Amino acid sequence: MCLAVPARIIELEGDKAIVDAMGNRWKAKTTLLPEAKLGDVVLVHAGFAIAPVDEEEAKKTWELFAEIENFENTPNKVSG
Amino acid sequence: MLDRITHAQHTIEEACQGLERQITIMEVCGTHTVAIFRSGIRSILPAQLKLLSGPGCPVCVTDQGYIDAVMQLADRDDCLIATYGDMIRVPGSDGSLETRASRGNVKVVLSSEDALQLARDNPGKTVVFIAVGFETTTPATAVVVKEAAGEGIQNFTILSGHKLVLPAMRALLGGMNDRVDGFLCPGHVSTIIGAGAFREIVENYRRPCVVAGFEPLQIIEGLAEICRQLAARKPELKSVYKAVVTEKGNTAAQRIIDECFEPVDGYWRGVGKIPQSTLALREKYRRFDAFRRFGLEDGPGREIRGCRCGEVLCGLIEPRDCPLFATGCTPSTPIGPCMVSSEGTCAAWFKYGRRK
Ligand code: SF4
Repeated sequence: MCLAVPARIIELEGDKAIVDAMGNRWKAKTTLLPEAKLGDVVLVHAGFAIAPVDEEEAKKTWELFAEIENFENTPNKVSG
Repeated sequence: MLDRITHAQHTIEEACQGLERQITIMEVCGTHTVAIFRSGIRSILPAQLKLLSGPGCPVCVTDQGYIDAVMQLADRDDCLIATYGDMIRVPGSDGSLETRASRGNVKVVLSSEDALQLARDNPGKTVVFIAVGFETTTPATAVVVKEAAGEGIQNFTILSGHKLVLPAMRALLGGMNDRVDGFLCPGHVSTIIGAGAFREIVENYRRPCVVAGFEPLQIIEGLAEICRQLAARKPELKSVYKAVVTEKGNTAAQRIIDECFEPVDGYWRGVGKIPQSTLALREKYRRFDAFRRFGLEDGPGREIRGCRCGEVLCGLIEPRDCPLFATGCTPSTPIGPCMVSSEGTCAAWFKYGRRK
């Protein structure tokens, strides 16, 4: 539940942002990260940006998510 | 990448050999539990190294008394319950939020902002936001409480079950489970409280604390670092998640938490009362406190019969030691919250444990 996802701020008006992660877009607020700028990659949790993230790190996480998604969607996965 | 994994593995093996005893490392965070299982890390660790899951899944540690307070509110016609999806299936003494959702007064929200919006859109009802979670989630609640106060919104309340990570670690080491040799500290909680917050655990309890993210490589390097410190008998505070976590954390978030909340003694499932471990609204914002508005109490609740979540949460037993595990209790028919939440230890064991 504490999972946070890195996403790029692609629109920003006051503290209201639209963020993007691998093409998924959603609303988030930057109230807790007043220094966040358009184009920054930030960690988003429960609708709020909570920390700046560097590009490299974000890329790694996005790749991991893509992998997990592939894995979870594989019909013959081994599960309980 | 492969050479870094091999290197970490080598460090772990060397440290374990040198120590000639079992090493127990606790991952405090539920997201780590799932990541560790999913990546298959357990299968490459020496038998001597035991990984335990700690009280780090907010849904799981929420006490039955709190859950029953939620159910009581969900049964009122004048209330609208706004909850994160994780809480919807947690069983109360009498059904779950899911069983009440058909009455239309339980809404799943993705953020605290959505909960406040529900209050604006439904002036005839009092919205109760089920505010659970650790430090990662708390600032989002604080922001909307302040927003509601600023706008003079009357029909918005929160039922605060927000918990603090450090008091739980202190309680564990202070007696509940002092067999833990070191901690893999939660990456996302640390973005808020800062890696430095764990220094007291290193200094007061002499346990290595390593902050890690959620990628397999980071987790295994984090574990290797803990093992290395144990072998050297020099506990330290380290972060292998430097790209995201700073020493001081998010001070704006800390400030807003502190402005709205104060720590009080709180109940944790199966653990009981932990001093100064739960956040309650400060006097200035008490009018948004659902406990107060509806005359409820956050006391200890009745435990669910046969469920051993409490012991699982303290790392005293593994899920498979619970007689109900995978027999009476499964993710589709959960008995305890550790099986409900996708980050619950029992659910992770059920889903991935047998693959090892
Ligand atoms: S297996 Fe089910 S009943 Fe047993 S401890 Fe876990 S959640 Fe509780």
